[in-house]
Amino acid sequence: MRARISTAPAGSGRAARLRPVTVRIGAKRGRPGRSAISFRLSPRACLVIAALVAAGLVISALTLSTGSYHVPLSDVVRTVLGNGSTLDRFIITRLREPRLLTALAVGAALGAGGALFQSVSRNPLGSPDIIGFDTGAATGALVVITLIHGTAAQTAAGAVLGGLATAAAVYFLAMRHGVHGYRLILVGIGVGALLSAVNGYLLIRASENDAQSAALWLIGSLNGRGWDYVGPEALALAVLLPAAWWISRALGVLELGDDLSRGLGLRVEWLRGTALLVGVALAASATAAAGPVGFVALSAPQIARRLTATAGPNTLTSALAGAVLLAGSDLAAQRFPSGLPVGVVTAVLGGLYLAWLLSREWRKGRP
Amino acid sequence: MDQAGDVRAIAVPVPLLPVVGGSRRARLFLGLAGCAVLLAAAAFASLALGTKPIALGTVLHALFHHDNSDDALIVRDLRLPRTVIGLAVGAALGLAGTLMQAVTRNPLADPGLLGVNMGASAAVVVGIAVLHLDPQTAQVWPALLGAGIAALLVHTLGGRGPRGTAPIRLALAGATVSAVLGALVSALTLSDRAAFQDFRFWSVGSLAGRSSAVLGQTGGFMAVGALIALPLAGSLNALALGEDTGRALGVHPGRVGALALVSVTLLCGGAVAAAGPIGFVGLAVPHAARQITGPDHRWLLPYTMLLAPTLLLAADVVGRLIAPPGEVDVGIVTALVGAPVFILLARRRRVRQV
Repeated sequence: MRARISTAPAGSGRAARLRPVTVRIGAKRGRPGRSAISFRLSPRACLVIAALVAAGLVISALTLSTGSYHVPLSDVVRTVLGNGSTLDRFIITRLREPRLLTALAVGAALGAGGALFQSVSRNPLGSPDIIGFDTGAATGALVVITLIHGTAAQTAAGAVLGGLATAAAVYFLAMRHGVHGYRLILVGIGVGALLSAVNGYLLIRASENDAQSAALWLIGSLNGRGWDYVGPEALALAVLLPAAWWISRALGVLELGDDLSRGLGLRVEWLRGTALLVGVALAASATAAAGPVGFVALSAPQIARRLTATAGPNTLTSALAGAVLLAGSDLAAQRFPSGLPVGVVTAVLGGLYLAWLLSREWRKGRP
Repeated sequence: MDQAGDVRAIAVPVPLLPVVGGSRRARLFLGLAGCAVLLAAAAFASLALGTKPIALGTVLHALFHHDNSDDALIVRDLRLPRTVIGLAVGAALGLAGTLMQAVTRNPLADPGLLGVNMGASAAVVVGIAVLHLDPQTAQVWPALLGAGIAALLVHTLGGRGPRGTAPIRLALAGATVSAVLGALVSALTLSDRAAFQDFRFWSVGSLAGRSSAVLGQTGGFMAVGALIALPLAGSLNALALGEDTGRALGVHPGRVGALALVSVTLLCGGAVAAAGPIGFVGLAVPHAARQITGPDHRWLLPYTMLLAPTLLLAADVVGRLIAPPGEVDVGIVTALVGAPVFILLARRRRVRQV
């Protein structure tokens, strides 16, 4: 068994040493196309992933050790490994660790889901929060909070149901000779506006307390997320993230156009439907855990794309970028004097980023 | 405005600028009169219908003779200000939507979608929560300021680049500005319970309980905005042929854009200050009016000025009647009616063209 590395022609790698390479294991002499295992490896993507993991570790360390009660880093490590003092154990393993893990998992789900959506719609605007999923989830949650007065779990269930129903409605309304990205987004904006009117109606009909708690839920918050949130979200990620990764390669081909993809033997409509389904499931799991946190799904894939300089959905990098973005935003949100919900921080950060993106494209003259 | 005359003198053989013939003009005048009748009917319905229906004769009597009866009080003190504010706000939103669609040459432009209303709302919330302004009265200046800033921002971010403007970019810019301002509003209202309570009811957009004082504070701005907008019709027609052609026809695109921006700010700021953020009137009505008039703004602007308040008043009356004894606020009804129109438009193939 020999491993051979051959340089593949790369599109946009600036430095030659950062070009993607094809790794072949078990290649036969004289038949370079045939090998037991072969995969493309982009050193730049590896670097980016390493950097994102490092950033995530730094943010995690800061989140666990700092706050109104400071725990030295050595004690943090000892506590996480199970040997800390009682107080440290309470603060870290009961309060900070589950919240951090929820933030990382929700961020990863949002990032990966957003990557799938944007790849299918071929548009940075095609994230679940723009195409009405979040508004639909909010409608579901508002119905539970203001009409049924349900528990937190029921609210989450209502949100997931509302989001899924909205996503299905947007998908079928946008369908006309197949689903096209541009129409998907505009129909999503329209459905979102319709539902936000419904949300407004539910909010003004509610009692003051219900309205207040609903408004808090609507922004997206990680306040008081315990271990009971971490488990389901981790389970959802364990199933959905590999699925997303698995279809992302074919999605990269799909970005080249429907006709070409059909010519290459892809089942285009099936692929698009599966990608949207996995994306919606990722977004739904995130919404159930943290509420409709805005702009992570929109900006994380864009950040990942610019960091790796690679076309295609970049699912894994997007998930990491989303995790870092949400954990970082939550760290910033916790440091505000009155304790802002994380959704406010992500909306401001993501909005400013998007404004920058638009003004850059404006200068380049892209339509 | 003479530019329109110039355009016709050169006799541009383009269907965008039909040479107005006698029969067509008569037909359009007749249509305009029909719209006025519709508007009058909507206004009378708004005076007569509600939780307590009042006969039309009684309404007319109460309008001209104040006899201190219950009916007269309801008509004169409750429904009359509400109807007049509805007229003004509807006309302002319709005009603003038409102007935005014309200047951006984007069929999806609307004060709600493009974040102008959100800008006004955010400024009003800042006024209520930070500066402790009275939510009942002093919303005009913050609303105008916020609407102006948001309009400028969205126009800069999503407006025409070197290669023109795309609906999606403008929608993206509007969504961005709305989201950031929405986050600001959330942050402010979550930490201030009283402001949250005020904002919750104000933010849906409603004509209920508005006194005639509100009209006095905001009517002037909307009127000035309309006075700026109406003479622009000829220039907008010329610009519809393209920026270069418009310039060749003697129109200064930058100046027209700036005047339209000022007008939109005055119209939307005034409307939001009077009734809260009401979406989709500015989007749906110009499209409906265009079905009748074609793209000639000299007809389109008057038609929207009559049809938009008709829609708003009708929506208000429907909102009063569908959920007795309560009311559904007009902003909700217009969104429920307007959003399907928007979705239908988005499904149309040639949505990129006005």
